[in-house]
Amino acid sequence: MAKITSKPHALTDKPFHYCPGCTHGIAHRLVAEVIDELGMEDRAVGIASVGCSVFTYEYFSCDMVQAPHGRAPAVGTGVKRARPDNIVFTYQGDGDLAAIGTAETVHAAARGENITAIFINNTIYGMTGGQMAPTTLPGQMTQTTPYGRDVKEAGNPLRVCEMLATIEGTALIQRAALDSVKHVNEAKKAIKKAFEYQDEKLGFTMVELLSTCPTNWGLSTEDSLQWLRDKMIPYYPLGVYKDIKEVRR
Amino acid sequence: MADLAINGDSAIALAWKQIDPDVCAAYPITPQTIIVERFSDYVADGEVNTNFVCVESEHSALTLCTASSSAGARTFTATASQGLAYMWEMLPITSAMRTPVVMAVANRALSGPININNDHSDAMAARDCGWVMIFAENVQEAYDNAVMAPRIAEHHDVQLPIMTNIDGFILTHAVERMTPLDSKDVKSFVGDFKPLYPLLDWKNPVTHGVMDGPEYYYKHKYQMVEAMENAIKVTEKVFKDFKKISGREYRLVEEYMCDDAEFVAVVLGSSYGTMKAVVDELRAEGKKVGAIMPRLYRPWPDKHMTAALKGKKAVAVLDKHAPIGAYGALYADVCTSLIDMKDAPAAYNYIYGLGGKDATAKDFRTIFEDMLAGKAAKYTFMGVDE
Ligand SMILES: Cc1ncc(C[n+]2csc(CCOP(=O)(O)OP(=O)(O)O)c2C)c(N)n1
Ligand code: SF4
Ligand SMILES: [Mg+2]
Repeated sequence: MAKITSKPHALTDKPFHYCPGCTHGIAHRLVAEVIDELGMEDRAVGIASVGCSVFTYEYFSCDMVQAPHGRAPAVGTGVKRARPDNIVFTYQGDGDLAAIGTAETVHAAARGENITAIFINNTIYGMTGGQMAPTTLPGQMTQTTPYGRDVKEAGNPLRVCEMLATIEGTALIQRAALDSVKHVNEAKKAIKKAFEYQDEKLGFTMVELLSTCPTNWGLSTEDSLQWLRDKMIPYYPLGVYKDIKEVRR
Repeated sequence: MADLAINGDSAIALAWKQIDPDVCAAYPITPQTIIVERFSDYVADGEVNTNFVCVESEHSALTLCTASSSAGARTFTATASQGLAYMWEMLPITSAMRTPVVMAVANRALSGPININNDHSDAMAARDCGWVMIFAENVQEAYDNAVMAPRIAEHHDVQLPIMTNIDGFILTHAVERMTPLDSKDVKSFVGDFKPLYPLLDWKNPVTHGVMDGPEYYYKHKYQMVEAMENAIKVTEKVFKDFKKISGREYRLVEEYMCDDAEFVAVVLGSSYGTMKAVVDELRAEGKKVGAIMPRLYRPWPDKHMTAALKGKKAVAVLDKHAPIGAYGALYADVCTSLIDMKDAPAAYNYIYGLGGKDATAKDFRTIFEDMLAGKAAKYTFMGVDE
């Protein structure tokens, strides 16, 4: 029988530890496929963050550095400044990138650091057991908002792409989703473009991936994907928020 | 109230519910998270009147808490490990502002390398920041310390923040039997927070957090030193009052079978329970051994420790953190209490239980065996496979 697909080379053989139905695995695979397709494995350096994806360093075959919670863009900056021709990407959750690490994210973008942030927005702190994140939707139930996020008390969700798109130093800011084949394909194209722009030294690139956390949402895999479509996409519209090549044209 | 089967984090949340603080701000981190999760249930269910803020980091949590305390609100927070490390900039500011914030710390190893399990490296790295620090041996004490903490911190002779430490997972997550107090007893025991110079007193405007030149900085620090010393007497008094409502008796320095003991071990936190079991075992074999725990760790109960160690042949001090380039912090503290003593016991330092490494009764037994055989070394890094 003909072999029609295989595991990307940029992934190790280690099985993922993620919960069943979690989209972290899809995101890993997309990044790895892009690294394979662009032939970047021997120059890529990934920055693992703190969150469910803390063990990404076990899954990518390239060099990896594990950063303290929220510090991935600063770690990425350090690596990139020392090795400007390497391809440096961070892999961060919404707690890591948009809560404790907001300052690092904004300032890496403002300095136009040539790094790529892969931003997993699952509207929750997955690893610590499902507390409210800055990205938690209004009314969404979490461990710290048991009757739903009350925006009067707990504030409104952060839309990170919209925020970063206003910053001069950014080259590509795009939001994609991991709920369907169509969206997954779009997500992969966005990641590929981000890595290419980084290689061209155009500035800071970020791809936000709307993701699921079936475990902490208390939903089945299928219902999680539907919840992503019904609730997340309307609040976090998909699309390109900044593309430096489009702006220049 | 009837006895409960409860873990240490939930026991602390229960104490907080009974105290009903004005403000609580926290950022989740294992193994503390259960405290704020349970507490946010109480907030959501209207069982407390607390203003609960889900902030974006521990640095913001303690900054907010310090400010709300200086505005006159009884304020609580909780953290662990990296969270405590991330708060570090604020730790000495909170104490210098004399804001009696109450913080539960679920002791967990500091990165790096990253590790989520128990040791005392977080607390020990924060030990000289001007916070009162107490430790618990079990879930009952985690609860009791949480009830007593505001009384110690807010006392006008003290007015310093306080950390109530519990061993991560060993106490935070393990379920034990615990006797809670009636809520009304807790309420009247804790009383109202009476800040001395709160903000927002329109008739008497004040400025908090001002800059001090060398002249005032020195005095400011000395006042903190005095306040911390006062915490010794205040804590003793609070322990006494607590006995009246609970029947449970606590001492600044706990001693077990020490009266006629020749060889003793000093240890902090849940390991004290293990050590007591080892003492029982060796006593049954006729060995004169005992165990000691400084329940109050900051201020260091110097005189009490000296009294506890007087006349002993040797003392082993167990540190659950890795002092890199020095001896363990607890060992150094114990040695200061021995310095003026005539015929002071020999003192040995054992480093144990780092990053969640099991600390078993069997291991602890070897410490006494070392001392009994005259083979103990000044410094032993236990459990390193060579
Ligand atoms: C300074 C610090 N504070 C808190 C934590 C605890 N912590 C670990 S992961 C995490 C949240 C992760 O959430 P997110 O980034 O959204 O990743 P997810 O698990 O959802 O993929 C937190 C708060 C920590 N490790 N360090
Ligand atoms: S807790 Fe949520 S984000 Fe973490 S692995 Fe499980 S499903 Fe994925
Ligand atoms: Mg998340």
